[in-house]
Amino acid sequence: MEKTMNLTIRVWRQKNRLDVGKFAEYKLANISEDSSFLEMLDILSEQLVADGHEPVAFDHDCREGICGMCSMTINGIPHGPESGTTACQLHMRHFHDGQTITIEPWRAKPFPVIKDLVVDRTPLDKIIQAGGFITARAGSAVDANAMPIAKGIADYAMDAAACIGCGACVAACPNASAMLFTGAKVAHMNSLPQGKAEKDRRTLAMVTTMDGEGFGGCTNIGECEAACPKSIPLDMIAHLNRDYAVAQMKNFFKPVA
Amino acid sequence: MCSLCSFFKSTIGRKILMALTGLVLVLFVMGHMLGNLQIFLGAEVINAYAYKLHHLLPAAALWGIRIFLLGSIAVHIWAAVTLTLDNRKARPDRYDDDKMVQASYSSRTMRMSGIILLAFIVFHIAHFTARNVPGMQYEEAGVIEPTMVPLVKHGEVVVKNGHPVDTFNVNDMMVDGFQVWWVSVFYIVATGLLCMHLTHGVSSMFQSVGLRNALWRKRLDRVALVYGWVVFLGFAVIPLSALTGILKKDPTGGLPVAAAEITETLHK
Amino acid sequence: MNLDSKIPEGPLAQKWTSHKFNMKLVNPANRRKYNVIVVGSGLAGGAAAASLAEQGYNVSCFCYQDSPRRAHSIAAQGGINASKNYQNDGDSVHRLFYDTVKGGDYRAREANVYRLAEVSSDIIDQCVANGVPFAREYGGYLANRSFGGAQVSRTFYARGQTGQQLLLGAYSALSKQIGLGKVKMYNRHEMLDVVKVDGHAKGVIVRNMVTGEISRHAGDAVVIATGGYGNVFFLSTNAQGCNVTAAHRAYRRGAGMANPCYTQIHPTCIPVHGDQQSKLTLMSESLRNDGRVWAPKDKETAKKIREGKLDPNAVPDEERDYYLERKYPSFGNLAPRDISSRAAKEACDDGRGVATTGLGVFLDFRDAIKRDGQKAIEERYGNLFEMYQCITGDNPYETPMMIFPAVHYTMGGLWVDYNLQSTIPGMFVGGEANFSDHGANRLGASALMQGLADGYFVLPYTVGNYLGEQGVAAAGKVTADHPAFAEVEADVKSRIDKLMSIGGTESPRSFHKRLGNIMWEKCGMSRTKESLTAAIEEIQALRKEFWSNLKVVGDADSLNPELERAGRVADFMEFGEILCRDALMREESCGGHFRAEHQTDDGEAKRDDDNFAFVGVWEYKGDDVAPALHKEPLVYENIKLATRSYK
Repeated sequence: MEKTMNLTIRVWRQKNRLDVGKFAEYKLANISEDSSFLEMLDILSEQLVADGHEPVAFDHDCREGICGMCSMTINGIPHGPESGTTACQLHMRHFHDGQTITIEPWRAKPFPVIKDLVVDRTPLDKIIQAGGFITARAGSAVDANAMPIAKGIADYAMDAAACIGCGACVAACPNASAMLFTGAKVAHMNSLPQGKAEKDRRTLAMVTTMDGEGFGGCTNIGECEAACPKSIPLDMIAHLNRDYAVAQMKNFFKPVA
Repeated sequence: MCSLCSFFKSTIGRKILMALTGLVLVLFVMGHMLGNLQIFLGAEVINAYAYKLHHLLPAAALWGIRIFLLGSIAVHIWAAVTLTLDNRKARPDRYDDDKMVQASYSSRTMRMSGIILLAFIVFHIAHFTARNVPGMQYEEAGVIEPTMVPLVKHGEVVVKNGHPVDTFNVNDMMVDGFQVWWVSVFYIVATGLLCMHLTHGVSSMFQSVGLRNALWRKRLDRVALVYGWVVFLGFAVIPLSALTGILKKDPTGGLPVAAAEITETLHK
Repeated sequence: MNLDSKIPEGPLAQKWTSHKFNMKLVNPANRRKYNVIVVGSGLAGGAAAASLAEQGYNVSCFCYQDSPRRAHSIAAQGGINASKNYQNDGDSVHRLFYDTVKGGDYRAREANVYRLAEVSSDIIDQCVANGVPFAREYGGYLANRSFGGAQVSRTFYARGQTGQQLLLGAYSALSKQIGLGKVKMYNRHEMLDVVKVDGHAKGVIVRNMVTGEISRHAGDAVVIATGGYGNVFFLSTNAQGCNVTAAHRAYRRGAGMANPCYTQIHPTCIPVHGDQQSKLTLMSESLRNDGRVWAPKDKETAKKIREGKLDPNAVPDEERDYYLERKYPSFGNLAPRDISSRAAKEACDDGRGVATTGLGVFLDFRDAIKRDGQKAIEERYGNLFEMYQCITGDNPYETPMMIFPAVHYTMGGLWVDYNLQSTIPGMFVGGEANFSDHGANRLGASALMQGLADGYFVLPYTVGNYLGEQGVAAAGKVTADHPAFAEVEADVKSRIDKLMSIGGTESPRSFHKRLGNIMWEKCGMSRTKESLTAAIEEIQALRKEFWSNLKVVGDADSLNPELERAGRVADFMEFGEILCRDALMREESCGGHFRAEHQTDDGEAKRDDDNFAFVGVWEYKGDDVAPALHKEPLVYENIKLATRSYK
């Protein structure tokens, strides 16, 4: 038979961007250990609604760990204590009866809180808009097999492309750095032959936008990698650093027109 | 924006500068340590080494190297300070329940260890290079007396143009300098922090210039750990030996004849 | 309602080519004078917005998520079909076309499906050029696999994340256009109504979900690509936010709703754990290649297993009912989705279900592990087993996996002609939101193909054709100041006010759950005249209750998830009834629609081609008035209708 637990939820409440925000504490009873973490929050919401209060706002959508929408720091760790898991795939059996769970929004200057646990992550989109694409207008492509790509390179690109853009790397970083996010996209596109033409331009533009959006720098401590629900490795940041250095070097010594 | 400006402005550019200047300092620290350890080979050797350092290159080149090293430190610090300010700005709020999952202690305390190391470097230069530590009277017992002794090679005084060559008695300066217990403790603590700074830095600088992957990260982390400890032990052993009396003063500068004469005089 | 499908003349293989030639073109210099509105940013919407912007049109794109990269296309795991024939195993455009029509149980429009098969190759080329990291062989060429029982290997894949990678490809193309200023992206905006001027779709009314602001957006054409309506069942594999609102609002403004009863139930989902559940998780169908599906023969045994008093491993073979192998000896555990789903339901209805709720059957890998070793199974399904363990806490290497069917995809949707234009001129519908290509049942790995076909290769032509027909003088003529906008905006606002002011006691989620329960029980895997009639009555009653006892906390001018859900549930309440009406009307069993009255003696679906080879299109006639049915006959000139058999 399913086991249940009673919990104390300490959650960040903030009305809007301008509000100061504070923690609120709620008691929850009879939570099934088979429930997902977000289902637990659903129950909390229903409880609050029944009492005439506004439910806790949080971002979520696919609930199968791929859309990257869910974003909350659970007991100090983005997406919670299980490694390689999004908050929506986290299940209550990893908590115990009587536990107090602290839930906070992503904390970073570029991610202002919109409400409660909901933050604005559009700066990540802006980084992609600056150069996170391989230009190929619909209709201009050659046959897909015209350019063989070594399996190792394709696999590496896929490892990098697994990023779901949730922003946990930024949230976990004491500097709110977006290097893992940017590095993953740069590594994905720069390593593929079809992405080479725009490689230097892409790298420089994405880094400039990343800095311009107010993300901090990388201090190589690896918290992002630990928080990443897709376990994107720090290698991607090294890749970004390397490509950036090369791009700057080429830029510096480019022929003067 | 000019490409150089954008490089200096970007977070990655500054990290690359930090890594490159870090590399200079990492190598310097090792050389410095190996040089210092020659004190265990006797006053003759360490004094000759000091003489060589000062006279191998023309004075201008020596100053060039000094400025290069100080410049590296300056760039290293400039990058660290501006990046830290940017990073603070990017993350004004902390988590109520602030946890680290895998970041090592040394990686999280680079700023703290760095700041103390800077203070140490200032003290160290004042102590041994400028020999002018405010508040420390060199006439007092146990502090540095920059005495001159003849340069000794193979047990004999080196003669140039018919005159014996004089040099600092570095051996005695060091032994003297470390007689003050709190100075020695400061040196040992500082080299301990240097060790911490290096256990992250030596591996991290490869990451910053993009020459690292998961496999090499493991290897380089180990290299950095060993490097840090070697540097710590290599440096710390000198004040420790001076305090415990293993290293002794040698007013002759390592000249056996002079030593014999001195002993004779004392016995009379 | 005019259901002219506008299928071009000529032989099947020439239709699309000649149609493209006959299209009206817009001079590149004039394209910047046109504004196109795209609602939805998934494969169809994202690709269409990017492609139209590349051509030079100004595009406004809306999505309810915080970024266009999060549309639910992202969740597709398996792959994308294309008739490349890279494997030299006899695939061709015609075979993909044939398989899709047959798989759809002969309820799809031939010409549309042929075009889909035709452009499928271009999609792969486009995606590779965009940097989608498809799986490759050591030689560097693209890898393929056979999927969903297809007899050729035509499925391209990127690990188990094909949908994600394809969406990120479209998203990156879209992002480029956003960066260039050709696309204005509206994140966290929900379309609440469509605006018609002189009968043509000329704009939308949207709500900014952060500020609650209602705004008008005018355009020369509107593209709806807002996905399917699986969430009418409350529990489905869809994302939490997936809804029918855009499509349903368009329906209320005169767009025909086609075949809503065609809903696909996927057999291998993780069973429901209790009434706190919010979502069903799909596991790849590939598991059925090695897993054996069974339920206990005896009800008592099943009861003991449910109560945890008996370890399923202790049930001897002679007490296990491997029902798929028993009923369908030649296909066995690989029987098609609809058939396996119904068989699981039968076993559970019979009281032989497992899982704590009694709604589950076993998918057992014991024999496969014994045969091939645990390592081999781990290599094949390691990530799926991990996912299963993450969700259920059971180790499927030791305890047999439990599965149950769940609503997965909806084949029905807004009616569109060959140009993907709905019955409202100027309003185009792409992806899962339209009804066009899958007939009564969708084949595995075909949803991604259709979304991208519509977005990259169909809409950019047909929308241009429409704009060309309107003439450059009409470009940008209608603005948001037109009185029609004010009128629709007032409707939208009054509806929100109404939702906010009911002041009842029951939450939107609770109503949604109750609606879902009716839909699943009475209009789910197996439907009867009685169940559907009852469902329609119950939905009507529930709708009344909804409008008198709904409780929406918070306010309308800030981020309010309760209000968002209330609006969506309100539309599901109306749409659910249409779905049931369609199911009631369709007196046959085909594909994802199974009427218990229409089955063969051994329980197989019985199609009625004489009377039901048509598209059922519903026209809105007013609140509390039954919608009108229109029929578009399906003419098969190239395929002979046959009965599916998997015995």
